[in-house]
Amino acid sequence: MHIPDNFLDPKTALVTSALAAGAVGLALHRAQRDLPPARVPLLGLGAAFIFAAQMINFPVVAGTSGHLVGGVLVASLLGPAAAVVVMTAVLVVQCFLFADGGVTALGANILNMGVVGAVGGWCAAQAVVRLVPGMAGRVAAVAFGGWFSMVLAAAACACELAASGTVRLSLALPALTGIHALIGLGEGLISALVFSTVARLRPELLSHAAPVSRSGRARDLWTWGLTVSFALAVLLAPWASSWPDGLEKVAEHLGFADRATAHLPAPMPDYSVPGMSHTVLTVALAGVTGTLVVLVLALLLGRWLVRPASGLHAGQPAPQRRTP
Amino acid sequence: MRPRLPLYPDHCHPPRHTAVHRWPAEWKLAGAALVLVGIALQPGFSPFWFLPLWAGLIALGRAAGVPFTLVLRRILWLSPLIAGVALAGAWQPAGGPGWQVLTMKSITSLWTVILMAHTTPFPEVLRVLRRLRVPHLLITTLALMHRYLFVLTQEAERMQRARAARTFQPRATRLWRLQASVVARLFIRASERATRIYQAMLARGWS
Repeated sequence: MHIPDNFLDPKTALVTSALAAGAVGLALHRAQRDLPPARVPLLGLGAAFIFAAQMINFPVVAGTSGHLVGGVLVASLLGPAAAVVVMTAVLVVQCFLFADGGVTALGANILNMGVVGAVGGWCAAQAVVRLVPGMAGRVAAVAFGGWFSMVLAAAACACELAASGTVRLSLALPALTGIHALIGLGEGLISALVFSTVARLRPELLSHAAPVSRSGRARDLWTWGLTVSFALAVLLAPWASSWPDGLEKVAEHLGFADRATAHLPAPMPDYSVPGMSHTVLTVALAGVTGTLVVLVLALLLGRWLVRPASGLHAGQPAPQRRTP
Repeated sequence: MRPRLPLYPDHCHPPRHTAVHRWPAEWKLAGAALVLVGIALQPGFSPFWFLPLWAGLIALGRAAGVPFTLVLRRILWLSPLIAGVALAGAWQPAGGPGWQVLTMKSITSLWTVILMAHTTPFPEVLRVLRRLRVPHLLITTLALMHRYLFVLTQEAERMQRARAARTFQPRATRLWRLQASVVARLFIRASERATRIYQAMLARGWS
């Protein structure tokens, strides 16, 4: 999903770079404040870990293979601010050393995968943690967050490409989010498997992830939730006025659409698809259904991975009791 | 298991024997940035801009001793992405720049970045970033990441080879759990290493 050079126009590149710089600045500030000095090297090692983990192949059907992206995994292991710093480092090194992702699109890539993807996925995971307590809930949260992060990052990427005029939104958004809704299943599964293994082997490593106090955790969630919402709102802003909405449809039926258009200059030439609002409704319904199905799958996965004393690890105490 | 991206040892220690490698990193980074922005601002194919640029890039690659095949291999490795979006761009209604122009601009940009990456050592890039007053936490993270990138990648390869030597080729579902445990153990090793590094940094007066 790394956007190469020249796929974004200067305006989009500037806006996304400014958003990414703000979010990374916020993350660095919070990491500096909250992270004990003993854990500063863990950021660099975490970034190297993510890079190495991305090279480990997971076989999918017919000879293809997928790999971890790891934003939500690292956010669950180290915390959201650390995750933004880690993903930024990974993307900068991929861009400068391996030419993976353009230099002018670096801000957009950091925004998509490091901020909107990782932190948005982490916020979704926190919601699942509140819903289902215990270790099974945390594993399910990582699985759902991993899937959600891929879909969010793909949607942000599609918006940026479309705002630059590279691809039409009506083509890019369904294609990118559709493909990544499938890829995200793998991402969620790998993240959950890795998270549950770390929880089983070294449960004390997980206790560093979040601030200890309840209010600190809630404040973290609010800050990052608002940051991601703001970034998404800015990315979606160019489309808010060009999507024909219900009102426009009604106006057309009642016959005063031609009067209204004089006052509302559309930023894009009108591409009116018959039954557009119906399509949007169907897509929205499908999206909600898909999200619920993935949530249920994630919860089942959490229950399955955190069985008390399965045959494989007989004799070990169940991790559920070790890390409440 | 083959790594997803081909890693070359010269990423770790680029040869420093040509004049191009010894140029100040500031010049190279600024020059590359100028070229990239210049390419991005071109509305279409203008031979007055692209032909001298290509000539310059070829001359620079010659002077720096970067084999043309290496650049070509890296471009081919990264091109499926460009091809995908270019294909989608081919459906675009007329008006914007055509996908041929887009592909050519992207490949020229890739070429520039690959040449820059192979002639500028990463510590030099970090020095420039420090001069630009990038927050030190990010620079420390980048420096540590670059130092341990290849260490951890090789560690992951060793773990996978050891796993393959000890087990039969399992079914896919089992393989996923095994690979995930390799990733999990890699994280555990990385965090243990981070603790040791912190102690070593303290012993050397880091604050």
